[in-house]
Amino acid sequence: MAELSELSEKLSAIKSQIEADLTGITSSKGIFEYKKSVMDSKEGKIGSLMKEMGKIPKEQKAEYGKMVNEIRNWATEKFDALDAEFKAAEQKARYEAEAIDVTLPSKKLKKGYLHPNTQVRNQIVDIFGSMGFSVYEGNEIETDHYNFTALNIPKDHPSRDMQDTFYLSPEFLLRTQTSAGQVHVMESQQPPIKIISPGKVFRSDDDATHSPMFSQMEGLVVDEGITLCDLQGMLDVFVKKIFGEETRTRLRPSYFPFTEPSVEVDVSCFQCGGKGCKLCKGTGWIEVLGAGVVNKKVLEGCGIDSDKYSGLAFGIGIDRIAMLKYGINNIKLLFESDLRVLEQIDD
Amino acid sequence: MLVPLSWLKDYVDIDVTPDVLEEKLFSCGFEVEEKYEVGKDISNVVVGEVKTCEPIEGTHLHLCTVDAGEHGLLQICCGADNVAAGGKYPLALIGAQVYATAKDHVTVEGVMTIGQGKLRGYDSYGMLCSGVEIGVTEDMFPGAGYNGLLVLPDDAVPGADVKPILGLDDYIFDVSITANRPDCQSIFGIAREVAAVLGKEIKEPALDYTESDVAIDFNIRVSAPDLCPRYIGHYVSDVTIGESPLWMKRRLALVGCSAISNVVDITNYVLYELGQPMHAFDYSYLEGGEIHVRRAENGEKIVTLDEKEFSLTSDNLVICDGVKPVALAGIMGGLNSEILDSTNAVMFEAAKFAHDNIRKSSKALGQVSDSSMRFSKGVDEYTTVMAMKRALHLIEELGCGKVSKTAFDVNTGNSIEPRKLTVSVARVNGVLGITVPDEDIVRILTGLNFAPELNGDELTIYIPGYRVDMESYQDVAEEVIRMYGYDHITPTFIPTAKVTSGGYNLKQRSELKIKNALCAAGASEGVHYSFFSPSDFDLLRLPEDAPERFAIKLMNPINFDLSLMRTTLAPQMIKAIARNQKNGILTGRIYEMGNKFLPKSLPLTEYPDERETISIGVFGDGEDFYTLKGLVDVIASALDIKFDYEKSSKTFLHPGRTAKVICDGVEVGYLGQVLYEICDELDMRVPAYVAEIDLRALTKYYGKDRKFIPLPKYLEEKRDFCFVMDKSVTCSTVEKEIEASCDYITKIELFDIYEGAQLGENKKSLAFSVVFTPKDEEFKPEVIDGFVSTILKNLEEKYGITLRA
Repeated sequence: MAELSELSEKLSAIKSQIEADLTGITSSKGIFEYKKSVMDSKEGKIGSLMKEMGKIPKEQKAEYGKMVNEIRNWATEKFDALDAEFKAAEQKARYEAEAIDVTLPSKKLKKGYLHPNTQVRNQIVDIFGSMGFSVYEGNEIETDHYNFTALNIPKDHPSRDMQDTFYLSPEFLLRTQTSAGQVHVMESQQPPIKIISPGKVFRSDDDATHSPMFSQMEGLVVDEGITLCDLQGMLDVFVKKIFGEETRTRLRPSYFPFTEPSVEVDVSCFQCGGKGCKLCKGTGWIEVLGAGVVNKKVLEGCGIDSDKYSGLAFGIGIDRIAMLKYGINNIKLLFESDLRVLEQIDD
Repeated sequence: MLVPLSWLKDYVDIDVTPDVLEEKLFSCGFEVEEKYEVGKDISNVVVGEVKTCEPIEGTHLHLCTVDAGEHGLLQICCGADNVAAGGKYPLALIGAQVYATAKDHVTVEGVMTIGQGKLRGYDSYGMLCSGVEIGVTEDMFPGAGYNGLLVLPDDAVPGADVKPILGLDDYIFDVSITANRPDCQSIFGIAREVAAVLGKEIKEPALDYTESDVAIDFNIRVSAPDLCPRYIGHYVSDVTIGESPLWMKRRLALVGCSAISNVVDITNYVLYELGQPMHAFDYSYLEGGEIHVRRAENGEKIVTLDEKEFSLTSDNLVICDGVKPVALAGIMGGLNSEILDSTNAVMFEAAKFAHDNIRKSSKALGQVSDSSMRFSKGVDEYTTVMAMKRALHLIEELGCGKVSKTAFDVNTGNSIEPRKLTVSVARVNGVLGITVPDEDIVRILTGLNFAPELNGDELTIYIPGYRVDMESYQDVAEEVIRMYGYDHITPTFIPTAKVTSGGYNLKQRSELKIKNALCAAGASEGVHYSFFSPSDFDLLRLPEDAPERFAIKLMNPINFDLSLMRTTLAPQMIKAIARNQKNGILTGRIYEMGNKFLPKSLPLTEYPDERETISIGVFGDGEDFYTLKGLVDVIASALDIKFDYEKSSKTFLHPGRTAKVICDGVEVGYLGQVLYEICDELDMRVPAYVAEIDLRALTKYYGKDRKFIPLPKYLEEKRDFCFVMDKSVTCSTVEKEIEASCDYITKIELFDIYEGAQLGENKKSLAFSVVFTPKDEEFKPEVIDGFVSTILKNLEEKYGITLRA
């Protein structure tokens, strides 16, 4: 057993040596390197022990193997424990070193925005689309007939003064109202009719509050038994969805040649809730659209039996809704493609 | 239209406050745009009686003690020359608000608040006022025009508010009248509505007069009855021109009309009171013993009262005497027959002229008057008849002439009697969707002078001659509901309508999809006007015969820059980029989806082609031809199609950086870098790139069926190639050749471009990675080798392209 006792001493020496060496190691990388060198099968303090096996007498081989394994396990545990300890410290240090100022500005992701009018238009189409309205897009260039005469506005009628018209020829003009599309629809389709018709309209107005081009959305329902109550019912739903559930509507008499009775529809001011503020000029109400029961002359002109059917129509200013909803203070801002404006509204 | 409350009260017993009246008018369809007290800027001005008045030596001032009733006895320094002990004057107390005047004491310069003052060492506890200082003119109160103190009546009580004494407590309503109610373009017309809405009686103005025995030999004829359905003339003799009484001057002043002389004032008074424009001709200037209403001869001339000369056409209606035109019918009288101080007899005119003709003439001649505005909206014959009677009554009341028995009423036969209309009550309620109680319907229609008769469902009304707007049950429904109250309408949700499907159609959905895709790619949507400037063609350097120049002109544009319907979206996009740069935005992506307008012929004889088009603009840091191209490809990918690009040219784009966009062999647009010259011209600081795509040409791809391609069953093979070729060979040439060489290629991607001396002159290197996807079985290595050698062979043979060493 001389060899074995020698070995035992040798192993003790190795252990002491390793323990001494480890005090000088401070990182997981150091542990890794050290472990590699200790366990190296050729030159490693522990790794090479197995090489000696040949020299060990047969009957002692088992004992030898057991001792070598013991020291191997002892060392491995030692290294792993230290490694875990170092790694934890190192991760901690890394996280600390990598700390950032989370209040620095975000990295800008390139994103574009739909035009405010398109956003409002989509919302309105969603609302009326769910009520069964389809979307009809008329022409921007119309004839005098469709824009005026067929809507019960004969030539030189005083109500033409309500709208300053751009003419392209004595017959053709830029439509002053999306109502121009009404007649096309009613001429080509029998009731039930439920359409909305959004689009650009033009009036010869150019000042602080007017733009020569703006956007409207016409709505038209023609069916049996349609009444003024339906108009208010539908528009109630509309304004609640656009301006909020608390919004109320108010009808008041007005005049449009193609509807009778005609009404202006006011909504309770969504800024002050109706108490009166700057937005509603102290009245508590904001005018948002014109509407009415379709004049039977218009129905009859389109070949629709006015004894059987009745209709209602409304016209919404899309820009006006957008301006009110988003607080845009100048209509011209909508037509200048100023990215400072366009990149603000994402509704 | 201005409506003074005091005047309105002549016809209706108004027992509600001005605020309530405003609400009532609003509820029945008359929006009060503005309502104000006549003396709205004046406060705390009371009657002051001067008790003592001593001149302050060496000045023009007087030191007065003034009895201000409950406000006490006040010491006031006064500079007016007509201040005297015993006189009663408006006294502005400390804290009062009055008008500030310039040194001339006449020009109002604003509003001021009276404070305690000191003049020449004397304390002054208020100010005695002139008419100007409290906003009272001579027409409103006699003596108020004097440049000194306004002298109040003897019976004024010291300390009392001066407003009621001077009429400053009156209210003016500025009422907006809708085009369907020309009968309400007058104080009396509004009074009828007020009476109805308040449930009061309407009191008609006095219309009686007595005709004298005076008769003259005269005739009135109308030879254009289509333009003048009724013409009433009445001769008045023994006219004495003079001033109108205070009450009349005051009322005219309140509606903004200056008093001129009694006869002229009467015509104006009737205009405002009843809405009927009238005219008075000086009889002595009427030649030939007649009035002849006829179309003007072409080139005929007239000088109107305001001394403007007009050359007329047969579209204009004129009032002539036996020799010459004496008035431009319905618009303005002629200077040659104007009422003068010397006038001693007049021929009064009250007529109905065709509103459309007056409107057209007034517009064509550029001559607008209170009369023409009212005629344009429509004057009814009921009022025409009434107005003449009223004017003659006023002549008598003012004692400024004798109503003769020479009178004419040239009439095309229109009745001014009430029209009968029978409607079904059920239909009236059917329009409204509620059932208005019968008794309310009768009450409302009675209040509006429709004399309703209700017999079961049958409602008969008698429409007064002034309500020309009433035609059908719908009109009756509106009359009922506006008086019954819109708050009775109860919201319903089209219970009788059939169910329909709704929402965007395929085209609209596809367009929105493209918009959303462009937004997702970082571009924001802009909207530009449908019209643009003729100078935009020059900005784009388009030649004279460029198709874009074939554009529709506006006949009445706002200005030159908005005078053509656009035929391309590019110039507005380029300008939008320039504007953004001016605003300090030095990088960005914008697109617009809108129509361009391509006429089939000019002038327009049929609808032009309104062609849906997209323009895209990018500019600044990080943007170049290829980012723009990426956005164009976004459109293709949104529609699941592929665009090809070929080098091209445009007059406004960089000659080396312009491509046309091709889809299925059809050119659908272009893209490129905007010429540096244009950028300079528009003061741009960074380069701009613009594309325009004809969306209409792509509509056939809308709604393309999307199909899932199963993931490859077998391993795909990827090979990288680095080719060397002449610089002139384009990337797409190589790509197409590779693609054509093998059926199994599913992806070709350029990953490197290199140019360098070692490649040789005029050579470049393009590196592609190519993916081969097996179909039915796994690739054997030799198969891929075969594909590769075909690709190499084809490229070499056709284009001399070799693998880089």
